[in-house]
Amino acid sequence: MQGYKNMLDAYTQAGGTPEIFKDSNIAHLVVHKNKVIGSHLVKGLILEPQETANGVDIKLTVEKGIKIENPVHLCFGVLPKEGIQEINIKAKIEDGAEIKMLAHCVFPNAIKVVHKMSADIEVGNNAFFEYTEVHFHGSTGGAEVIAKAKMRVGKNSRLITNFSLLKGRVGILEIDYDSEIQDNSILEMTAKVYGYGDDKIKIRETGRLIGKSSRGLIKSRVAVKENAQSEVISEINATAPEARGHVDCIEVVQGNALARAIPIVNVTNEFAQVTHEAAIGRVDKKQIETLMARGLEQEEAIDLVIRGMLR
Amino acid sequence: MEILKIEKISLNLEGRQILKDLSLSVEANTIHSILGANAAGKSSLAYVLMGCFDYISGRGRIYFMGEDITTYPLSKRAKMGLTLAWQEPARFEGLTVKDYIAVGMKKKEEVLIEESLRYVLLEPKDYLERVVDKTLSGGERKRIELAAVFAMKPKLAILDEPDSGIDILALDKIVNIIKELKKQGNTVLLITHRDEVSEVADKTSLMCSGFIVKEGKPKEVGKYFKEKCVPCPTRIFPAEEEKEKLEDQNARL
Repeated sequence: MQGYKNMLDAYTQAGGTPEIFKDSNIAHLVVHKNKVIGSHLVKGLILEPQETANGVDIKLTVEKGIKIENPVHLCFGVLPKEGIQEINIKAKIEDGAEIKMLAHCVFPNAIKVVHKMSADIEVGNNAFFEYTEVHFHGSTGGAEVIAKAKMRVGKNSRLITNFSLLKGRVGILEIDYDSEIQDNSILEMTAKVYGYGDDKIKIRETGRLIGKSSRGLIKSRVAVKENAQSEVISEINATAPEARGHVDCIEVVQGNALARAIPIVNVTNEFAQVTHEAAIGRVDKKQIETLMARGLEQEEAIDLVIRGMLR
Repeated sequence: MEILKIEKISLNLEGRQILKDLSLSVEANTIHSILGANAAGKSSLAYVLMGCFDYISGRGRIYFMGEDITTYPLSKRAKMGLTLAWQEPARFEGLTVKDYIAVGMKKKEEVLIEESLRYVLLEPKDYLERVVDKTLSGGERKRIELAAVFAMKPKLAILDEPDSGIDILALDKIVNIIKELKKQGNTVLLITHRDEVSEVADKTSLMCSGFIVKEGKPKEVGKYFKEKCVPCPTRIFPAEEEKEKLEDQNARL
């Protein structure tokens, strides 16, 4: 019971609202290390967690035509200073189904915590899946997060992923999301990370537009300061006619930090089009001056610009 | 009472002299306009007064409310009650209009933010949650800049071409906003290249090639500007001999 309460405290610190765990209309799953310490289901959602030696395997299905009204809340965490958590998710969003999932991953005391997430997600035809993952790490930079996802999206569907790590030190972060998009479907992938200290950030997001008239947007916003390092690889491959994609990457660098942005655009169909924009630099001088002319100190102005960009 | 006094300031940028021994005095609770053609150095003067990063005057002094602020950084000048509305205001990804206006406010009350938006004729419910990014038109962004200045309640607001990029029909509204700023007890240093906008001022200084070449009542100075200065061969990168002529002329004035 104390473990559950501690998880909820960490979840609240991460920006979550613990009241949702009491709402019978909202499905949830709370996992601490390799223990499922809370769960609730709603009609049409099948959620089967299986505890393993180092984590939990989760099988999730949204049945055909079912629209889950409220976002499903997931909370994964490791509260001690050290530990490992491996989460394997196999999700199937069947034809015509719709679901939004909001995952909070909390490692508030991490000195040596490893969190590995591997997801295999299948979104059917005429379906909708939105997955938002919000991380809250402590101030010590002792977390290592390795997140991999393979996603396949059917026809006339929509897949949205949002990843954000804005509170606490990143530590080490490696994201590798890969998606395959069929006819008339839409992909939107967004990652927002703020790194400092000696954080190391590697983000690779790939969208494969293999269906006719498929659409893809990969957007990343990364800020690094002090001695942090970031590398963002955003890739869109358009192989189908009338496929349209756009890569939008902005990285802000301060102090001794190092940022790399690598947009990759591959088009192998003459009727497809992919555009990209990538910018790395300091915060725009005019933005800083504008905010300083309202009375902010330079550091406050820079912070406000970055927080806005990462919002 | 004099709120701003500039004594012989100069500015050099990339080998070009932008401001040349420029002196100016602005009375408190007045609208003082700086009128001049493009490239006269008006915006540079605004940046020097505000203390923008690359606009440090090589010579001369700037006094604000009797205090020498020549070496003060930008934020310190702002905290004293000096602010600037940029001719082309910056845009901010993710920052809402509400948050942007609140930056300079001492009391960050929503009702005051709404009031400042109404003051620039923007409906708060349509704008508070919008982002100050490229989704706003140029005109909307300029009004929000004025709203932010209004909400800050500065002692001296430098408005750099608030009328540029605004259609003729909206000019009256901009003029009314400037008048309202004065009514609220602020002093306004209005920078413009339109003599008809300049007429809202209590006093006008005509600027050309980094000098103040004439001062006086807005109508008189505006007339001089219209008749003598436009078109003016010295507007952009004046030739040396033209500069000299102007210096002679200035000396005679």
